[in-house]
Amino acid sequence: MTTDITTLTPDVVIVGAGPSGLSAARALAPRLGGGVLVLDRESTAGGIPRHSDHPGYGIRDMRRFMSGPAYARRLVAQAEAAGATIRTNATVTGWAGDHTIEATTPEGRIRVEARAVVLATGARERPRPARLIPGDRSRGVYTTGHLQNLVHLRHGKVGRRAVIVGAELVSWSAALTLREAGCRTVLMTTEYPRPDSYSLFSVPGRILFRTRVATRTRVTRIIGRPELEAVEVENIDTGERRVVECDTLVLTGDWIPDHELARAAGITLDPGTKGPLVDSALRTDRPGVFAVGNMLHPVDTADIAAIDGAHVARSVIAWLNGESVPAGQVRLVADAPFRWVSPEILRPGDPVPSRRRLLLWSDRYIPFPQVVLRQGGKVVARRRLWWPAAPGRVFRVPTGILSTVDPKGGTVHIGSR
Amino acid sequence: MNTTGETAVSTTGETMGTTFDVAVIGAGIVGSAIARKLAGYELSVALLDARGDVGDGTSKANTAILHTGFDAKPGTLESRLVREGYRLLSEYAERTGIPVEHTGALLVAWTEEELDALPALKEKAERNGYDRTRIVGRDEVYRQVPHLGEGALGGLTVPDESIICTWTTNLALATEAVLRGVTLLLNRRVQSVEDRGDRTVLRTSGGEVNARWVVNAAGLGADVIDRLFGHDRFTVTPRRGELLVYDKLARPLVDKIILPVPTSQGKGVLISPTVYGNVLLGPTAEDLTDRTDTGTSEKGLEFLLDKGEKLMPDLLREEVTATYAGLRAASDHPDYLIEADAGRRYVLVGGIRSTGLTSGIAVGEHVAELIGEAGLALTPREELPEPPHMPNLGEAGLRPYQDAARIAGDPAYGRVVCFCERVTAGEIRDTFRSPIPPSGLEGLRRRTRAMNGRCQGFFCGAEVGKLMDTKGESACEQRHPSPEAQR
Repeated sequence: MTTDITTLTPDVVIVGAGPSGLSAARALAPRLGGGVLVLDRESTAGGIPRHSDHPGYGIRDMRRFMSGPAYARRLVAQAEAAGATIRTNATVTGWAGDHTIEATTPEGRIRVEARAVVLATGARERPRPARLIPGDRSRGVYTTGHLQNLVHLRHGKVGRRAVIVGAELVSWSAALTLREAGCRTVLMTTEYPRPDSYSLFSVPGRILFRTRVATRTRVTRIIGRPELEAVEVENIDTGERRVVECDTLVLTGDWIPDHELARAAGITLDPGTKGPLVDSALRTDRPGVFAVGNMLHPVDTADIAAIDGAHVARSVIAWLNGESVPAGQVRLVADAPFRWVSPEILRPGDPVPSRRRLLLWSDRYIPFPQVVLRQGGKVVARRRLWWPAAPGRVFRVPTGILSTVDPKGGTVHIGSR
Repeated sequence: MNTTGETAVSTTGETMGTTFDVAVIGAGIVGSAIARKLAGYELSVALLDARGDVGDGTSKANTAILHTGFDAKPGTLESRLVREGYRLLSEYAERTGIPVEHTGALLVAWTEEELDALPALKEKAERNGYDRTRIVGRDEVYRQVPHLGEGALGGLTVPDESIICTWTTNLALATEAVLRGVTLLLNRRVQSVEDRGDRTVLRTSGGEVNARWVVNAAGLGADVIDRLFGHDRFTVTPRRGELLVYDKLARPLVDKIILPVPTSQGKGVLISPTVYGNVLLGPTAEDLTDRTDTGTSEKGLEFLLDKGEKLMPDLLREEVTATYAGLRAASDHPDYLIEADAGRRYVLVGGIRSTGLTSGIAVGEHVAELIGEAGLALTPREELPEPPHMPNLGEAGLRPYQDAARIAGDPAYGRVVCFCERVTAGEIRDTFRSPIPPSGLEGLRRRTRAMNGRCQGFFCGAEVGKLMDTKGESACEQRHPSPEAQR
């Protein structure tokens, strides 16, 4: 019996084999002699798309239209074809040095001493306790992740009548899954004054699923012991409450990055995203540690996360080649109605942000938002955009708006007039 | 495979034909400790519970503090049994591997009135036989707990207050009882009793149980059972305590138990680390009439957030991992109510409120004494099995996922199933092979911590559900790729 820890020494270790981690691996592996190792704690690589069994994946990164599981398989195949090693059932448990991590696998404990680390651990939905929904501890309450794991990967059973909290993209994804499992969605609730999804989805969705979307509504109590029997919902404006019978409750959206490893490293987080604070080269504030994907912008679609992965490759190579980080920086700060902006730091000479877009999260629906940049108390740029800023999905702003920012002018506030 | 052979755990079926020497009603910490103690004598013992698992009432949902008893009412039975129980449970925890951390506690005074109350508390602690408290000034309070909210005036340190795993404590005591030959009868809610002169017939939801002596350790239901025996001594009021469990990332904020200065309204809201590495905020104290209402309430959660904002604002910036409510068996009697009725061959163990976790083993000793004095012959058994060694759920000890030697011996300990709590397939399999296997998901969670973490099943819920169905074997049979070094 051995008690030794196996030590591995790839050039780069990537934590998380979802779209962003696998795309980073695919981009890095052909360019590095020392190897790229991807670790994932799940038994199958691919991340969230593995259990999102509906079309709509791969549009922007692969120029295809495919299902989540097919997309996940393709990402895995491409990373492996590029020469990356993917290890599943490998749970990273902590740090043992600036670029050294430790993991538990069925083959034993391993230590990975890399020259650079890419964190690609994604985000998850807040579960019921974190949302502080009072009431009974009933069975039949899920997040979308739990539901889709259960239905698509384990072919498990759910109930007959569901209430979905949320009316954004992921909420409709949950509705599709419920339908496949033979469960009717009787109500979707959102605290916002209108459904948050693109009307492209929500209008036919409402007809297709015969589902009502209750706006300005929140769940105030969970009822049923031990099985869920009903939920109490409240109209936020009138305070009126009513009880809706259901045996399944799906809590969707309300994302939080899986940032445990970043925090364990003492990496600075952005208070808005709660993910690592990064610059447009996707460097964290620990040299040689990078972050990509939906832990930086919880959450955008999988293809956008994947494009981050490809974007980080250049920065990682530069670090491995000993190139120095450009001096000087400008901090980007989101002002209301925006909750966060990503990336948060701009440096002269760095690559422009991934896909030439700043990503923002809006708490308010604005049909034709005018985005305003302020620096040193003065307006330095304004731009009217022809797509809405809406709660529940990422609002993308072309980086051309940054052209008038003074690299020595201090913090830039991004807001809307 | 069942490594324990034929165990004496029965969830259904009749025990007719058997007359036990003693039947203990209630398989919480107190009842399990009594059954374990009595099984150390030449006696046949049955341990009954209304529910499908041991420790499924007050014993599963409390603040999990191992009390020194410094603030008990001096001279009471409770004071004595908590003090003895602290010592006995500390020793027992060391022998069986129940997670304990001796963090110490700090009572914080926020008003002049509370500050003035500290010397009397120190003196009271001394009358309870505990002389290690110390009054400290404002600066020392903030030196010990830098993240405390503004406005603290001073405090009292209680260096031996500790945190413990209440689930493992209950399970260890019940497991040892079973190993000593106790028949554990689950799903037996006592509905009526009949005196047959030399024995009592307990009519339960799962059939009749006959016993010469009956010990009532039914917790929240103890007064109801007591009335079935013809007494009218006390009334249990279920006092609901709601708690918030904060994310493990909050643990560096709090490394000791932070207690309020007690007032006539109860012990108030505390902040405490847990042995699992989380931070607790609570409990509320609300008297109910429904003895099963363990739901949380809008008012309760609001109250805790409001209190927490004053006690430690930094804590409230962290994520909440769990919310829960427990019911304490508050009673109208000012002390523990432990009395033997020799004529009726019956012992009441009532009013064990919130200190029962600490005092349980001492209550067991006390009940054995009483029942012996009342006429039951107590002949110590010559050979007793060793106490069980419990799986470690605590962060202070080595957990299987960290144990390279253990993983090398069995890869199932290297297969992490619940990522947030780092619970392995091996541990889940083991718990189904243990003398008291879980009967449902909640029982599995209490035995392993699976699904108790920050994602609450987002990632592992479906996998853990499957392991539930296959009794933990499914994840241990998978073939794994051979180890291959990455250069």
